[in-house]
Amino acid sequence: MTTHQKPQSLSRRAVLMGGGAVVVSVGAPISLNTVLGVRSAYAQGAKPPLVPEQLSSYIAVGSDGAVSAFFGKMDMGQGLYVSIGQIVAEELDVPFKAVTVFMADTRTSVNQGGASGSTGIQTGGRQMRVAAAEARRVLLDMAAEKLALPADQLTVADGVVHAKSDASKKASYAELIGGRYFNVQLDWNKQIGNALYAPGKAKPKDVKDYKIVGQPIKRSDIAPKVFCQEPFVTDVKVPGMVHARMIRPPVAGATPVSIDEGSIRNIPGARVVREGDFLAVVADKEWDAVKAHSALKVQWSDAKPPFPSQDALYDHIRKAPVRKAVDEKPVGNVTEAFKTAARVIEAEYEWPFQSHACMGPACAVVEIKDGRVTCHTGSQKPHFVRDGLARTLDVLPANVDGIWVVGPGSYGRNDADDCAHDAAVLAKLTGKPVRLQYTREQGTGWDPKGPASIHKARAALDASNKVVAYDFLSKGFSRIDVQTNGSRPEDTLAGHFRGAALKVNDNFGVPAESYLFDNKRTAWETIAQFLERGSPLRGAHLRDPVGPQIHFASESFMDEVAHAIGADPVEFRIRYLKDPRDIAVIKAAAEKAGWQTRISPQKQSGNTVSGRGIAYSQRNGTTCAIVAEVDVDRRSGKIWARKFTVAHDCGLIVNPDGLQHTIEGNIIQGISRTLWEEVKFDNKSVTSVDWLTYPILDITEAPQTIDCVYINRPDRPATGAGEPSIRPVAAAIANAVFDATGVRMRRVPFSPDRVKGALA
Amino acid sequence: MAQFTLDVNGKTHRVDADPDMPLLYALKNDIGLNNPQFGCGLAQCGACTVHLDGQPIRSCITPVSSIGNAKVVTLSGLGTPEKPHPLQTAYVEEQVTQCGYCINGWIMTAAAFLRDKKNPTEAEIKTALEGLKCRCGTHMNILRAVKRAATMMG
Repeated sequence: MTTHQKPQSLSRRAVLMGGGAVVVSVGAPISLNTVLGVRSAYAQGAKPPLVPEQLSSYIAVGSDGAVSAFFGKMDMGQGLYVSIGQIVAEELDVPFKAVTVFMADTRTSVNQGGASGSTGIQTGGRQMRVAAAEARRVLLDMAAEKLALPADQLTVADGVVHAKSDASKKASYAELIGGRYFNVQLDWNKQIGNALYAPGKAKPKDVKDYKIVGQPIKRSDIAPKVFCQEPFVTDVKVPGMVHARMIRPPVAGATPVSIDEGSIRNIPGARVVREGDFLAVVADKEWDAVKAHSALKVQWSDAKPPFPSQDALYDHIRKAPVRKAVDEKPVGNVTEAFKTAARVIEAEYEWPFQSHACMGPACAVVEIKDGRVTCHTGSQKPHFVRDGLARTLDVLPANVDGIWVVGPGSYGRNDADDCAHDAAVLAKLTGKPVRLQYTREQGTGWDPKGPASIHKARAALDASNKVVAYDFLSKGFSRIDVQTNGSRPEDTLAGHFRGAALKVNDNFGVPAESYLFDNKRTAWETIAQFLERGSPLRGAHLRDPVGPQIHFASESFMDEVAHAIGADPVEFRIRYLKDPRDIAVIKAAAEKAGWQTRISPQKQSGNTVSGRGIAYSQRNGTTCAIVAEVDVDRRSGKIWARKFTVAHDCGLIVNPDGLQHTIEGNIIQGISRTLWEEVKFDNKSVTSVDWLTYPILDITEAPQTIDCVYINRPDRPATGAGEPSIRPVAAAIANAVFDATGVRMRRVPFSPDRVKGALA
Repeated sequence: MAQFTLDVNGKTHRVDADPDMPLLYALKNDIGLNNPQFGCGLAQCGACTVHLDGQPIRSCITPVSSIGNAKVVTLSGLGTPEKPHPLQTAYVEEQVTQCGYCINGWIMTAAAFLRDKKNPTEAEIKTALEGLKCRCGTHMNILRAVKRAATMMG
């Protein structure tokens, strides 16, 4: 079975040993000359360095012929590792089940960026593909030597190389290299992370020859979960470890002035750990740490409450000085074109802070022993966490192991990276292995947040209702108040509370679409965060960073313009689009949904009214259109997002089964963020601290149907699917609500109270 | 500190603990089970759900001193790969989970529900599972799996 392995059971050596089978030369370094003696400079027994330019960093063949793929990304539960196994098996011409994918462990893989930007297949898979292709080429070369035949007269089936003319002349991968490492230099582009690319000499397979890529293959990691055989990061135990809980200030920005250690004296083993403003309790037993966290009395500094009231959020954004402004790819002259307008359509949209609100608060286990730091983390970027811990602890990265163990959800730069750093500091300060788990309040209240923003859209129409100019401006908090990974102390709470030098980071984004307007400006502006250090409202990447907010606004606005000129929303979009892939997804979604060409809203009476809406967007090579159908209960203001029809084009589809589950997850999370999610705060701190104060979509509100149309384009590279289909969800719902009610929702979330108010 | 005898998944365990300590910590730390999980500590999400004499309870708020002789069954006691509960089979067949941290709540709640209610409607299933949390958004899969298990248990 292709599977991913628990890191606890793993060493590269154990992998190569193939479960105890006979191994050639593993462990004892062979001089290169010895290897050269058999011409196989390609294979060696000693472990080559784990570096991006080494083929052995990606692929190994065990003595039993089993293939190991070492992948520097992780699977967030969407079956990415299955697709990687398919890609590797395809290029190597081995059965799918012969491949095991080892993920996101600094001991076994190089830094391919972790989970990031839906690039698992797009860039991670691309690298694994060229590595596997190179491994096949090398194995053919070795077989040519062994069989005394030219490589071009050989072929491979199920991991056995044989002569095309005589299948009895053969050599298996296991015979050729089993149990020894590849020692082949790749042509590395000197990048790490998502951009890492290190091809060999081999040309990967032609897509038309694919037999494994494109097949629907199920995940094998679900059974271990339902039978409780799969440890989560919360289940990792290290001998001698203590349990810790962090103490956070009740007013953001306050610092501990004095601590009453007597307040926890009666709790067995409980003690305070403090370094400057960094404050925690530890205890030998977890429940004692929990009790100490509640009981500890701290006198905090008299900090000025840093936040405005919740009601003033959007006014604050409107009025705040712009820190950075970017006008991306302007077309024509928008200012001049607006002067010629016969009519101008304008609207403004608002999106709140949102929390990762993972299923459980983050947990990390860190041990510092004999000069080595071992960190078990749920972070989706353990290689960067390794680099960050090296900086936080002032040790060499080579002395730190960052080991990803599946955590309680992973949708971007959540609290996992902070937790790893906090645990590392605690391990250093206590001299013991530390298991730190945040509290629920901290998981929702103190995670890095998806940033709040406002979006102003304007369209200039000429006398014939043609759009002659389009102007779209987002203004909001930066999506990278803290960076997207934990490689720098200044991006973590541990760094903030221990006084790391801060840096300003600004980024937002613009709509990803291809509307052809003669004059077009899409721009963004960022503003300073309320509190530069230790803020529970610091902006960071949350699934499809700023995508839902931007496209809620831009795709709602396209409907507003269509309505203003009396056009059908589908027809209007197609009128201004030329990209055939964009047109194809819109038409496919509309057709599958049975879209009736007409103008919104439709006239309805009664308490429950229904509507349909469409939205589309692109994302890094993927394009997606969604038709939402909703029922609105006018009395209660409650929206049921009843049906979704998704047309999705991510180029070549590697695993249709994984794709379906990935899209469904995007839609559900997108509905939740649209209808319910808003981080509440008062002037002191975040008040969304649990599931009552940060509600998400309930199963009683799940849609009846999510229909998907998969547009497979084998002629195009496989692009991402992890995020593109969450992007248009909010606008599709908003447009459907307008169709149902004639009321335009311009502020997320569309909670029942807000909808009721809008309908009144 | 006091000593408690707990019947967990058919085995007897002795646990020394603060009487107020929730059962969850005994299951995870003293008995060493991989599941259930801590999600909120507030009985709001379901990640810690176990059966107490067949009824789903939230182990994160249930004091260990309140268990007495009641039989505790966790997800790992519900079935095994050799002898799976229909919901475990259905979860695998329908490929339900993403991260999987929430599954104790859904499976343990659904198991008690399906035991008592044959051939439920979709609306009845949704109502039975109301309030449980899944942040990855696997709700469509969950409903498919519970329906599949209902058919198997029919």
